[in-house]
Formats: sequence, C-alpha cells, structure tokens
Amino acid sequence: MNNAVQELKKSLITSLWFMFLTFPIMVIRVNTVENIIRWRWSNMIFVGIFSFVMSYFWRGMLKKKERGDKLVDFSRFMPSKLRNLDIRETLADKKIAKPVLIILLLAALVFPFVAGMYQTSIMTTALMYIILGLGLNIVIGLGGMLHLGYAAFYAVGAYTYAILHRDFGIGFWVALPLGAVLAMLFGMLLGFPVLRLKGDYLAIVTLGFAEIVRIVLENWNDFSSGPSGIANIPRPSFFGMKLPLPTATIYIYMITLALVFFTIFVVRRLENSRLGRAWEAMREDAIASESMGVNITTTKLTAFALGAFWAGMVGVIFAAKTTFVNPASFTLMESVLVLCIIVLGGMGSTTGVIVGALIIVLLPEYLRAFSEYRMLLYGAVLVLMMVFRPNGIIQKVRKRYTVDISELSSGGSNE
Amino acid sequence: MSNTVLNVENLTMNFGGLRAVDDVSLSIKKNEIVALIGPNVAGKTTFFNCVTGVYAPTEGKITITPPEKNTEVINGLKPHKITEKGLARTFQNIRLFQNMTVLENIMIGRHCRLKSGILGAVFRSPSTREEEEKLLHDSYAILKKIGIERYVNDLAKNLPYGAQRLLEIARALATDPFLLLLDEPAAGMNPNETRNLVDLILRIRESENVTIFLIEHDMSLVMSLSERIYVVDYGQLIAQGTPDVIKRDKRVIKAYLGEEVHA
Repeated sequence: MNNAVQELKKSLITSLWFMFLTFPIMVIRVNTVENIIRWRWSNMIFVGIFSFVMSYFWRGMLKKKERGDKLVDFSRFMPSKLRNLDIRETLADKKIAKPVLIILLLAALVFPFVAGMYQTSIMTTALMYIILGLGLNIVIGLGGMLHLGYAAFYAVGAYTYAILHRDFGIGFWVALPLGAVLAMLFGMLLGFPVLRLKGDYLAIVTLGFAEIVRIVLENWNDFSSGPSGIANIPRPSFFGMKLPLPTATIYIYMITLALVFFTIFVVRRLENSRLGRAWEAMREDAIASESMGVNITTTKLTAFALGAFWAGMVGVIFAAKTTFVNPASFTLMESVLVLCIIVLGGMGSTTGVIVGALIIVLLPEYLRAFSEYRMLLYGAVLVLMMVFRPNGIIQKVRKRYTVDISELSSGGSNE
Repeated sequence: MSNTVLNVENLTMNFGGLRAVDDVSLSIKKNEIVALIGPNVAGKTTFFNCVTGVYAPTEGKITITPPEKNTEVINGLKPHKITEKGLARTFQNIRLFQNMTVLENIMIGRHCRLKSGILGAVFRSPSTREEEEKLLHDSYAILKKIGIERYVNDLAKNLPYGAQRLLEIARALATDPFLLLLDEPAAGMNPNETRNLVDLILRIRESENVTIFLIEHDMSLVMSLSERIYVVDYGQLIAQGTPDVIKRDKRVIKAYLGEEVHA
C-alpha cells in the first residue's frame, strides 16, 4: 500500500517537472503582431495528466521487467487450450513447423499478386534488408566484430552492375555473381588491415573504409560519374525479354525472395559447421580459441568475406530495382540501419534478423499515416525495444545435440 | 635424450624493461608429471605463454619431440600451429566459450583435427557429414571420460566452478595433445574437488598417454602429484628436483616465506 503511494508520488513529481519544463513552449504564446501574450493554461493541464499517466505506466513496466514478469500477458486473451502453450517449443515441433513455414512461403509467393505495386516494392526492400542483415550477422552476431562499414560492400555490388552495364553492356544475371564475388574480395581487402583490431578500434577502421569507398565513388568522375551517379540501369530481363514495369516489380520481388531463401539456407549451414563454431569461439574468447587450434587469421577473413558476399549481391539487386545508383545511397546511415536490424532482431539469431528487418523497413512505411510524427514514433519504438528487450526480439536458441549413448558405449569399449 | 618431449633452453622474455622470464632452461620427459611453482608474479604464466605461442620469446629455444616424430623448434609459431603440433593448455583465469554449450566447447577443441571448409559446410558432402557425426561422438566420449557429460547441452557459463575447470581440461584434451599444460587447475577448488582432480590427472595420463606440465599454488596437490618440480622466482629458475628435495631447499623456503632478519 505504502509502495503504491510512493509510486504515485514519484509520478506526480515527474508530471510537475514536465509541466514546468514545457511551460515556455506549451503555455506562453507571444503574438508579435499585436504584442500580446496568450496564456494557454489548459495545455498545462493536458501535459500534466499525460505525463502523470505515462510516468506511472512506465514505472509499472520497469518494475515488471525487474521482477522478470511478462510485460503483457497475452495468454489472458487466448482460449484456455492455447494458454499453456510454449510458442518456441511448439514451433520446434516439426509437425507444426512445416505447415507454418509452408503457409508463410505461400503467403510470400502470393503477396505481389494481391498487393499493389507500391506494397510489392516496399516488401522487396524489406527482403533486401533481410539478406543484408543476415550477411552482417555473420560478422557481428557470430564473429563478434563491430563492423560499421557494411554499406561499402553494398556499394561495391551496386556499382559493379552499374559500371559493367555502362561500359560492357553486361546483364543482371551475370552481374549478380560478379557483384557478390567482387564485394567478397573487398571484404578480404578490409579484413587484412583489421586483423589485429577489435572492439571500438575495429569499428572506427571499418567506418573509415566505408567512407573511403563512398568518397572515391563521389570524386572519381571518369569511373563512377561522381555525385550525379549512373542512370538507366536495366531491370532484370526475363530470358532476354524486357518486362513492363508492374511485371518487372513482381519479378524483382520473386528474385529477391528466392535469394532470401538461398541466404537463409547457406547462412544456417555455415552457422552449424566447423567454420561457424570457430566464428563463435572467436567472438567468445579470441585467445582461448587460438590456443585451441583455431586459426584466427583465416577465421576473421572468411567472416569478413562471407559477410560482404551478401551485401554485394543485394547491391546488384538494388541497382536493378532503382535503375539508378549514386554515392548518396551508401552513407554511414545505411550501415547503421543494418546494424539496427541485427541489434533489434536479436544478435546471432536468423529468425530475429528476419523479424528485425521487417520491422525496421516496414514500420516507417506504414507509419506514414502519422505523417510528421512518423520518425518520432519510430525512435520511440526503438528505445522501448532496447529498454524492455535488450537482447533483441528473438534471441538465439543454441542447438542442442543428441548423442546416441548406446552406440557410443559399444564403440568406446573397442578402444 | 630420445624420450624428452619438451626442451626449453635459456628462455628469456622481456616486456619493455621488465624481464618476466630470465634465462630459464628445463626439459620434460615422456609421461612425466612436472610442476612449475613459484610465488606470485614469478613469471610462471608468462613461461607458459611463451611455450604455447601466445608470446614470442625474446631469447631462447623451445623444442618439442612429438611421439614418433622428429624434434622441432617451435618458438615464434602461432598458438594454433603449436596446438596442432600437440601442445594443449588450460588457463589460470578460466577462459571457456561462455555462451556456447559444453559440447560445443569440446567441438572447438577438436577444430584443428578436422578438415571441412566453407564448401563442405554449404553442400554438406558425405565426408563432412561423416566428420560431424564422428566429432559428436568423440566429443561426447571426452565429456564422459572427464565425468561432466550431464552438462552436455548447458551453456558453459552456467556450470558450477569446479565443472568449468574440468571442462577446460576436457577442451584441451579434445585437441589430441601429447603434452598437456595446466595453469593452476586447482585454483578455487575445495579440498574434495582437488582430490578428485589429482585422480583425474593421473587417470588422464594413463588413458591418453600424455605428459603433464602444470603450474600450481596448492602445495598438497603439487607434492602428491608431481614427480619433478621446477621453482622460479623473479623470472629465474632457483631450484629443481623431486618434491622431497624441493621441500628442504633453502632458496625455495626463502622465496616463499622470506628470510629471518637478524638484528
């Protein structure tokens, strides 16, 4: 009881503070034409009530979080049968996981035909960011290296297609693997000088690398047409046929979707391999992993190279989708956005990165209804996420291995 | 000298002006249990770090003779190369892969004995699958040998302290070593756990056919376990011999307890 009074008191103080702080902007309005001041006292009451309620609510949520309770108990709204269901365990069950995945796949396949061109285009962007997120996740989530220059590889991919098409007339399907491989080479190029760096220092060097790439593209006019960029990049052709815009949009969506599945497939396999384990060991403790026989040099280089590979691929798609590239598309913001996706979604978790990409890309689009408050709400969602789920929306679940013990004991006796 | 497995000659390690290890020579024979002791900051761990390649020694020569192989010089090699040649170590302040499972920790230990690369991982060729299958069994077998198999899928950081120490030894064994370097394996263990550790180390030596070189502060463990002891103080080797000899050595007693002051 005493506690509740305390809470109310604290919220009251917060609301008084807010009333005081917002007084000059919310209450006083000076009319400079007629030289009179209008006092809008009613605004003050609204601010007071609003901040009181918000503060009380906020405190309650933080308390709940400290106790480890669920923030919102959704099970209350569910029928009793579903109430005790553990979502994670249910989804781990293959019998349920398969139909769910098939339904999701069908929904993804049908989506561009149901939704309009605008929706399809946004969704393609979201899919592109899923691939970017999964790629960067190799370096950050698994390798544990803070990489702020991811946009550079994205740029390498995009410019590979743009320049090869401009100068040699090379098409999308040839440029796609070329862009990816070239980005991979750039990844290794960056990997060498940063072999000895970690943490903040690594972040600064990767950031610098991305800026170098961007500034070179901006200033080397003969090569990249400078800030004005390269236009008239063709969309992917369908067996040599040029497609009209609506069909081409759907076509690009389908290509990107296929590449998302390809990425998930490859990344998951890498994760559960000898190499993936080495990446994680390096993240956990570089010295110990080296002493256990992990070659840090190759492990780091492969992480950088394989991370960059996906960025290069998406870069080619980006160039084909927008038909225009210029250096302004590959700023630091782009790298930070992909980093946000990983942190928000859940570091190291494939599902988390997918969910994170969808939220980060789609949320600002669908918040357009709130027009000027769009970015404010977006920021608020990010802050709330980080306060209440600092490990990301979906945390990585470690693979559990099962060992056939009977087989083992018979094998052991032979030794 | 054919059964010497590790031979260190005149090893010196400088950090700027500080000489952490000063002209230390020692040699370890096959299947011995040898201890390196000394007061704090005597340079024991630095010595280990030089042998395992974490530091490149300023001067001196380190040679190893793996069983049925030729003697080779290993100073200046990278740690992972040295591990590949058959030296494995544990750390004084436990350095497990905290957020990985116990089994995965062991699997990393086997890393250098496996071959599959990027393409193998993506295409999962029959040879890769076979390798992974074998890895799983081998890793579990090692856990069982050390007696921590019930933690198999737990995160390393959630293990009790004693089990974490054992996991470090298990992880080192997974690299298939002929020489095992243990850096204070009993630190922080209770007497009961320490006794079990002594049994374990003796058992490992028999079953795995390894030579054991350890740093330890727990004198009961050192005296009961080791066959020979080297004592260092301020980076210099001050005594060597069997436990009985060391117990009576004046310089050792002085290093540990100080000198009486005669007024």
